Amino acid sequence: MSVAVDTEAPEGRAAPPPGTLRRTGDWARRAPLLPALIFTIIVTQLPFVATLVISFMNWNAYYPDERGFAGLDNFRRVFTDVNMRESVVTTIILTVAVVLVSLVLGLVIALLLDRKFRGRGAVRTMMITPFLIVPVAAALLWKHALYNPEYGLLNGSLTALWKLFGSDDAPQPEWLTNNPLIAVEVALIWQWTPFMMLILLAGLQSRPLDVIEAARIDGASSWDIFRYMTLPHLRQYLELGALLGSIYIVQNFDAVFTITSGGLGTANLPYTIYQTFYNAHDYGRASAAGVVVVIGTIVIATLALRTVSSLFREENAR
Amino acid sequence: MSSVTDTAPVPATRTAAGEPRKPRKPRGGFFLGLAAWIIGILFVLPVVWMVITSFHSETDAATNPPSLGAPLTLQGYREFFGASTGTSPWPPLANSMTASVLSTLLVLLLAIPAAYALSIRPVRKWTDVLFFFLSTKMLPIVAGLLPIYLFAQSVGLLDNIWLLIIFYTSMNLPIAVWMMRSFLAEVPVEMLEAAAVDGAGLTRTLRSVVLPVVAPGIAATSLICFIFSWNELLFARVLTATVAQTAPVFLTGFVTSQGLFLAKVCAAAVVVSLPVIIAGFAAQDKLVQGLSMGAVK
Repeated sequence: MSVAVDTEAPEGRAAPPPGTLRRTGDWARRAPLLPALIFTIIVTQLPFVATLVISFMNWNAYYPDERGFAGLDNFRRVFTDVNMRESVVTTIILTVAVVLVSLVLGLVIALLLDRKFRGRGAVRTMMITPFLIVPVAAALLWKHALYNPEYGLLNGSLTALWKLFGSDDAPQPEWLTNNPLIAVEVALIWQWTPFMMLILLAGLQSRPLDVIEAARIDGASSWDIFRYMTLPHLRQYLELGALLGSIYIVQNFDAVFTITSGGLGTANLPYTIYQTFYNAHDYGRASAAGVVVVIGTIVIATLALRTVSSLFREENAR
Repeated sequence: MSSVTDTAPVPATRTAAGEPRKPRKPRGGFFLGLAAWIIGILFVLPVVWMVITSFHSETDAATNPPSLGAPLTLQGYREFFGASTGTSPWPPLANSMTASVLSTLLVLLLAIPAAYALSIRPVRKWTDVLFFFLSTKMLPIVAGLLPIYLFAQSVGLLDNIWLLIIFYTSMNLPIAVWMMRSFLAEVPVEMLEAAAVDGAGLTRTLRSVVLPVVAPGIAATSLICFIFSWNELLFARVLTATVAQTAPVFLTGFVTSQGLFLAKVCAAAVVVSLPVIIAGFAAQDKLVQGLSMGAVK
């Protein structure tokens, strides 16, 4: 059920040798850990066990008399339901697009900010700001203040720009209705690029500068240095950014809920599960979908844990 | 400690070493600096627009083309604070504050001892424990939502702020354990040994050796936990109603279907984001460390 099972397996979870538990020193060491560990197991692991149980049940709050064992029915419905399948595809597209674009943009901006120029601190602060807007507020801002076809800033700027050249028929696209998924993605990219930029900037600033200087003196071009020294060094930071970004964006609910209310083909899995449970009250099917999401996440999470643990080993080796 | 904090010495070395290449640098450097400025302005523009709009009247906020120089007014803020509807945003704001602050305190209370047991006097297989905490963060929370809802319903905890506090604590605990562990790992072993040789007890060692080193770390961890709790929407929406409603939930219900509301919504967005913006600017450098759970220093 838990991802931990996966990750611990390769490291070998051998039973403690007999007699270990009798050593009081061990327990004195474990004592400070126990409250956090027990709390986490109760609050995060038990609900997932319950989700697993409910996913095999026929349980709809509207029909309380029909509650019972359903076998694999819920899972069959999850995989045959068009909405559910579409939301799986939407989740993948949304996550991949947002993570990739914000990662590339973040890299470009991090490279620009790694140079010395006038007002670098100010630009860095400006770049971080989008990340500090409460996600719901950011979603409302994009939906109403920017995308709105009548008075949003995007169409407003188009009008102003056309007026500047003496024209009165500026294009006024319906940003949200024409490209709903892209609209959600752009709002999310705006919020997540600063995150990627911060991680990559930290990576750039941990480069061994003496080696790079040596290469430059030996006549390596800027491109060579970027391609053969900076990029390999950044690799683990790129991976970390991609995987952390994926974990957060796969779970995104705020933007989809606020900007499109899941309409126009933008419903992702968290939103669909929320609806199945909150509006349709189909507890069995919502749980089955939840189990599917968990299994899907385990695949990503295993990769993520491997990356983080490689960073972590390096830190230990230092 | 953190490479982001160490920005000052890095460029210094680079300029010193890069001096021989100076003739080529200025022009390209100028354009790249300009590019950075343009991108930075583009990214901050929506926020600036949000702030400007929040100080406009509703009619000035909804013009096309935008009226940049329209007279400033506090009308949007007055509306947000319930001037005409009588709905005060204070209870949701207070709920958010309560949930964020109390869950952050609870997180620290649980995470600091745990991090101690994972770094200073590590238990056996401590990396496994650390990765167990991390793995709980990777499970999609939406999959655990239903059982928590059903449980809360059966014991009468729905629309109770304590349920959110407990949930936010579990949501942030893994990050806090990871962050605190990486901060505690920076306490030099020699200092601990010296304290032991001098006959200092556990309390004294903690207070005069460990605490000064990790105090900035505790502050950073608190800020990250605070921001995440403050921003959370999904659980707050499902688990609370009128009594324990939080600020993000209040925000989602703030858009009316008729009439102009843009200035009001922008004012609301500014007020609700303000605590996070302040916290975030105060701890810019720690933000990465928190979000990457201490993996990037």
